[in-house]
Amino acid sequence: MSGISSEAFVLGCSAIGAGLAVIAGIGPGVGQGIAAGYAASAVGRNPGAKGSIMSTMLLGQAVAETTGLYGFTVALLLMFLKPLMP
Amino acid sequence: MNVLLSGDTNLDFFIEGFHKFELFGQTLYITTTHICLSIVFVILIVFSIIANRAIKKADPTKPPKGFVNVLELLVEAVDNMLVDTMGPKHGPRFANYIGSLFALLLLCNLSGLLGLRPPTADFGVTFPLALISWFMIQYNGIKHQKLGKLKSLFEPVFLFFPINVISELSTPISMSLRLFGNMFSGTIMMSLIYGLLRVGSVSLAVAWPAALHAYLDVFAGALQAYVFAMLTMVFVSNQIGDET
Repeated sequence: MSGISSEAFVLGCSAIGAGLAVIAGIGPGVGQGIAAGYAASAVGRNPGAKGSIMSTMLLGQAVAETTGLYGFTVALLLMFLKPLMP
Repeated sequence: MNVLLSGDTNLDFFIEGFHKFELFGQTLYITTTHICLSIVFVILIVFSIIANRAIKKADPTKPPKGFVNVLELLVEAVDNMLVDTMGPKHGPRFANYIGSLFALLLLCNLSGLLGLRPPTADFGVTFPLALISWFMIQYNGIKHQKLGKLKSLFEPVFLFFPINVISELSTPISMSLRLFGNMFSGTIMMSLIYGLLRVGSVSLAVAWPAALHAYLDVFAGALQAYVFAMLTMVFVSNQIGDET
């Protein structure tokens, strides 16, 4: 590992870690898709309740999104605050 | 040094300090967040003064028209939302807080349209808002459940006490991170687009970033303002319980 300074090494590893952290986006993607699918079938069964189904779906999706945003926050911290930098 | 997001050739989605001053031995900054938040406050205050005058001048015996009609529409929308989620007895009591919270968050999130950096893309703005909501949630829980609130921490068995405490404490963090993450990701993506579209000194950002603004600022912003207000209402009505 000659020729690589320790700062550059930590920076590169932080970038890899940030990339791995945003894999957390898979979970909310699946969860929001499931919520939207069930909402669509609910509207199909009961078209009159479209408004309240819609608002419930959006609220649930926003809550499901939180875990993905935790991963996003970790990625941001690794990229811009560089807490591992010596 | 620029308040506008796309004002520089560099990528600048960070909070910038404009003026540095010392207070109690701490170095503090006046940042983009303060400036953009002040602009939002000025807009809200001017709107409130105009609305107040319009309502005072309105003749209660005649049907409302024009501006007063729009104001009644807004107030009715907030009242209906509260009655739908919190019930007719407790709902209208929270109209002050929820209405002003929703107006502030909506304008803050939409301020990205003017090229400002949205104040809600700063954790220092969203966390205090979530803390205010959390204290209101806990106050209503203690007021309406009395000792049942303390007892609910030990459910279903005694061993669950630490988990219940953590789940109570994580409410403001998750609420604030949700709003912050959504708005900050939108800000980053818009500034990346504006930075990308530069050939030499000519910016190619002519029309098509407007579509992204429509999604990232208008849709996500309005949705997150709604979600924040809605979650506050849902948590408070959970704490109030069934007594209607």
